[in-house]
Amino acid sequence: MKIAVCVKEVPDTTAEKRIDPSTFRLDRTSGDKMLNEFDKYAIEEAIRLKEAGAADEVVLVSMGPAKAVDSLRTGLAMGADRLVLVSDDALAGSDYAGTARVLAKAAESAGADLVLFGSEATDARGGVMAAAVGEVLGRVWITSANSLAVDGGSITVERQTDDGVDTVQAPLPAVVSVTKAINEPRYPSLKGIMGAKKKPQEVKSAADVGADAAQAGEAGAKTKVVGIETPPARATGTKIKDAGDGAQKILDFLIERKLI
Amino acid sequence: MTGAPALTGTHREIQALAREFAEGEIAPHAGDWNRDHHVPVDLVRRMGALGLLGITVPEAYGGAGLDYTALCVVMEEIARADAGVSVAVAVQNGLAQQPILHHGSEAQKAEWLPLLAAGELLGAYALTEPDAGSDAAALRTRAEAEGDGGWRISGAKMWITNGGFADVFVVFARTGAGSRGISAFVTRTGPGLVVGKDIPKLGLHTSSTVELTFDGMRVGPEAMLGAPGEGLRVALATLDGGRITIAAQACGIARAALELAVEYAGQRTAFGGPIARFQGVQFPIADVAARLDAARLLTLHAAALRDAGRPHTVEGAKAKLVASRVAVDAADMCVQVLGGYGYSAEFPAERLYRDAKITEIYEGTSEIQRVVIARGLLGDAARG
Repeated sequence: MKIAVCVKEVPDTTAEKRIDPSTFRLDRTSGDKMLNEFDKYAIEEAIRLKEAGAADEVVLVSMGPAKAVDSLRTGLAMGADRLVLVSDDALAGSDYAGTARVLAKAAESAGADLVLFGSEATDARGGVMAAAVGEVLGRVWITSANSLAVDGGSITVERQTDDGVDTVQAPLPAVVSVTKAINEPRYPSLKGIMGAKKKPQEVKSAADVGADAAQAGEAGAKTKVVGIETPPARATGTKIKDAGDGAQKILDFLIERKLI
Repeated sequence: MTGAPALTGTHREIQALAREFAEGEIAPHAGDWNRDHHVPVDLVRRMGALGLLGITVPEAYGGAGLDYTALCVVMEEIARADAGVSVAVAVQNGLAQQPILHHGSEAQKAEWLPLLAAGELLGAYALTEPDAGSDAAALRTRAEAEGDGGWRISGAKMWITNGGFADVFVVFARTGAGSRGISAFVTRTGPGLVVGKDIPKLGLHTSSTVELTFDGMRVGPEAMLGAPGEGLRVALATLDGGRITIAAQACGIARAALELAVEYAGQRTAFGGPIARFQGVQFPIADVAARLDAARLLTLHAAALRDAGRPHTVEGAKAKLVASRVAVDAADMCVQVLGGYGYSAEFPAERLYRDAKITEIYEGTSEIQRVVIARGLLGDAARG
């Protein structure tokens, strides 16, 4: 079985992010970059499946600028086998659907039986890519996996919901996004870092993976960002003075907002 | 070491790993560990699995096969999180491994380096004695020849870092008279070696520092490291490298102090705004920032010379002299900027203040560094 883990290079989460006011896109040219933190959980899960003998190859799949290889190599240092990065000027400005079409083709051309995602990326925080890629591929997709087991041609996933945990079984091929509860990602070792340089890191065009660039990029986007505003500053909190009913007032406040 | 021009892509990746590990596994616990005088030996061993305990050991011996620059990068990141843990890393990668790597026989390298690099064995370096510190040639521990070519070691060693948990010791002992009568040995702990209790210290509470008593400890002929009488040369060559790692440690302590002061100055308000708007706060921060960058460049320069196989004794001494003073001054500045909170054990400033001082003392005091630098310039005239 082959596993593709869809990964993304994101700006350093500790750094200030900047939106280009002319394109309304995140400025990806400056500042430190890193592998999306959430992706490490998906990579770790894939490596564990390989170590347990349930998978024979772990391929990292991504879309982004060619330089993203430097950040994504962290996944190879952790233990993934190779990286396929779809990098194509025509793909700039892709919306979620366009990105999903490209990632789906890349994962498919890598021969992936199981496609894994982290729960979201720290820059866009859409959290929809697993579902979107599942739809494009016409495969079962399951989100928010707290655990994942592979048994022959099927997978069993425990998924976190607001009410509890659902146990879901599905046939392969499938697409799954994992939560941070699923494992504790390993640190890459120095040997892993050195070894990662020798692992295959292919930068491909949209056409190379069989994706139609016209269906992605700015031209293929069905959504358009027409404006960006800074959210209004938060109003100051409400002070409750305790006149014997303080606890009840706090309780009412929380209940009203469905927080308890 | 952010943005230091001497670093390659590989160094930056290693830096990222060390930083992630230090921020995730060390920094959150450093306060508690130091307060409780807890030496996190398990954590140190775990670093072996990541390759952080065999950074300069060639891949053929199970190490990462990297250079001293990489070791310095790692040292700064670990020391920024906790100085005590970082000195365990310095001793394992430096004092314990370098004598074997550079002076050991093929058999000794094959026996010790893979286990040391993996963290399966932890090492210590037993040179200093109660009456022989800076004047290492005055050491009195004896190794007496046995009939079968083996040796019997007797004497006392002092301030031995990692000594409380080390499995392996590089020991210097007298096999003859004078500075050419000292030999180096490498041995596992065993009968005849009595490990003392941890010596109470001003700081570095996560580091084990003990006294050792060799009570006629028997080692085989294979334990001798280098030729008989070459021990002092082995010791001094090892310390040439050790100084550079301590300079990197000092940079890490200074950086922690600088970052804390900057963060606090931006948040603490007084007289109607953040204290960062006062020059009395700005200037000390600016001075430390400039001197820290200078110290780091000296450190990386010394490491680069060592990596290129060029003389680095004087450059390492300069790096340690400057970096250790920056660490002490940075910690002092940090405490001052934080005021009462700086003096409180609730903030790490006072720990940095206590930890920084050791960098001016161990692996060659600042006075010894000045002697090394002066002799480099003045030659025989400096010897009188």
